[in-house]
Amino acid sequence: MANEVCFRNMDQDRPWLLEQYRSRGGYEVLTGILKEKRSPESIINEVKASGLRGRGGAGFPTGLKWSFISRNTPGQKYVVCNSDEGEPGTFKDRDVLRYNPHQLIEGMVIAGYAIGATCGYNYIRGEFWEPYERFEAALEEARAAGFLGKDLFGSGFDFELHSHLGAGAYICGEETALLESIEGKKGQPRYKPPFPAHFGLYGKPTIINNTESLASIPVILEKGGEWFKALGVENSGGSKLFSISGNIKNPGVFEIPLGTPFSELLEMAGGMKDGSRIKAVIPGGSSAPVIPGEQMMELTMDYDAIAKAGSMLGSGAVIVLDESNCMVKVLERMSYFYYEESCGQCTPCREGTGWLYRVINRIETGRGRPEDLALLDDMTTKIAGRTICALGDAAAMPVQGMLRHFREEFEYHIAHKRCLVG
Amino acid sequence: MGFKNVPMSTAKPSENKESLFDSKLRAEIDKWIAKYPQEWRQSAVMAALMLVQEGNGGYLTTELMDKVAAYLDMAPIAVYEVASFYSMFELKPVGKHKVCVCTNVSCMINGSDRIVEYLEKKLDVKLGQTSKDGKYSLKEVECLGACGGAPMFQIGNKYYENLTPELIDSILDGLE
Repeated sequence: MANEVCFRNMDQDRPWLLEQYRSRGGYEVLTGILKEKRSPESIINEVKASGLRGRGGAGFPTGLKWSFISRNTPGQKYVVCNSDEGEPGTFKDRDVLRYNPHQLIEGMVIAGYAIGATCGYNYIRGEFWEPYERFEAALEEARAAGFLGKDLFGSGFDFELHSHLGAGAYICGEETALLESIEGKKGQPRYKPPFPAHFGLYGKPTIINNTESLASIPVILEKGGEWFKALGVENSGGSKLFSISGNIKNPGVFEIPLGTPFSELLEMAGGMKDGSRIKAVIPGGSSAPVIPGEQMMELTMDYDAIAKAGSMLGSGAVIVLDESNCMVKVLERMSYFYYEESCGQCTPCREGTGWLYRVINRIETGRGRPEDLALLDDMTTKIAGRTICALGDAAAMPVQGMLRHFREEFEYHIAHKRCLVG
Repeated sequence: MGFKNVPMSTAKPSENKESLFDSKLRAEIDKWIAKYPQEWRQSAVMAALMLVQEGNGGYLTTELMDKVAAYLDMAPIAVYEVASFYSMFELKPVGKHKVCVCTNVSCMINGSDRIVEYLEKKLDVKLGQTSKDGKYSLKEVECLGACGGAPMFQIGNKYYENLTPELIDSILDGLE
């Protein structure tokens, strides 16, 4: 059972067109809600019942997030979609935007109705020009057909939706940095609380959800929260998009039920490339601690199973590494990323990510010192949990994971000034 | 940072906005301004900078950033902050074609080192440099979210995936 939610239209020719979307009942959930004047509470309860958890990486229950908004507060409220996909290894929202933009639009309008917002923004990373154009074209179609605008289908409910283009900054995937960015500032995360539900975009109550989460909403409301939940397993309702890449034959995005064995996902992706052997897997984007290949082959792809193994499901970005990879080099590259992308606001992250990179770089280039691994262990604990946002944790976790599972490769590098591998 | 959100506007909105940019560019920027609440013209700053950058051969100057500031009623410093924060803005001249190569993990383990090496040789530049004829700039970028097509690069608005030396030749030779 695959492709049941965000990818359910993937068998269609040019599935991004409105007529294709409508040929499968697209926008009927929205028009049904508007005609029946369905109560917002019942929509939020259905989303809660679905067990949908934030698909951007944090896994926070979507229905619960929506319920934090006090619907009756006067004044503007906003729905914001986070399409600033940038966690290394993740490339699923790009496909939602390219191939199923109308389902996302429908999901956002429904979200607006549920929380009492009349305006939404979709923040698309600046490099995603093709997905942006696709989404813009879909907005035009939706507007022309009356799914966006004033007094939708005579219901008295207005909803306008715009895209906002980023300009290259990983940190803007952090929800409050993203809001700052829409406000025309540097993308630096805000202190929380207050959370966006109370003080969000332009200081107004805001819900901000990932692209895949919002695009799942119309299907959840069409088929029911219980149906969606039953696709997955306990505590991990539904199906999920997994972006799988690395040393595999057919990398790509696969929509499969949560709880599917990793071995099946790997098989769908054609298995290892050129008959190589699996060494390790980064299961949820580069911030997720690495898991040794053998252990991974026994795991299922759901929030709890991956957490029990000491990592996280994150955005569902699965990077598969074969035995030819030097883990020191892999970690060096990942650490460089966090160093490059730290917004510079908090000292432990701004300085710490540079230290991490420089120490790992000296190990990689044969200048490592025996005390370096203890130094790295120590540094990670002084970054994680000590910053405004989770980028500090995201920089520390891959280091901790690598040192937990592949410490001997680092020791070998330091002692012999070269790789254990190759 | 406090919990009060107000635009970082200049004390006095600038007059004669028509003189800052030509009518076509103003119309494009105005389309973005219209998306946001009236008092939040500055929400259009990233889009405006991108448009202005495109119109200036791919990079921004202080003079242009000042014009954007005046057009959006922002303090110039607030515009400089934005322009220097986001990686897609260039503050120095760049080549006609900016080749942005991803070297992050998925690309790296699929051979992005060899792609960079090939490009450096072919274009006779190092990462971060512009070719002598001004035609190409080579830039290392972070994950562009196309790991399924690793190794990949972006030129202009377009992604090119599953790169090989042969493919690179045909892509670059096809550019004017």
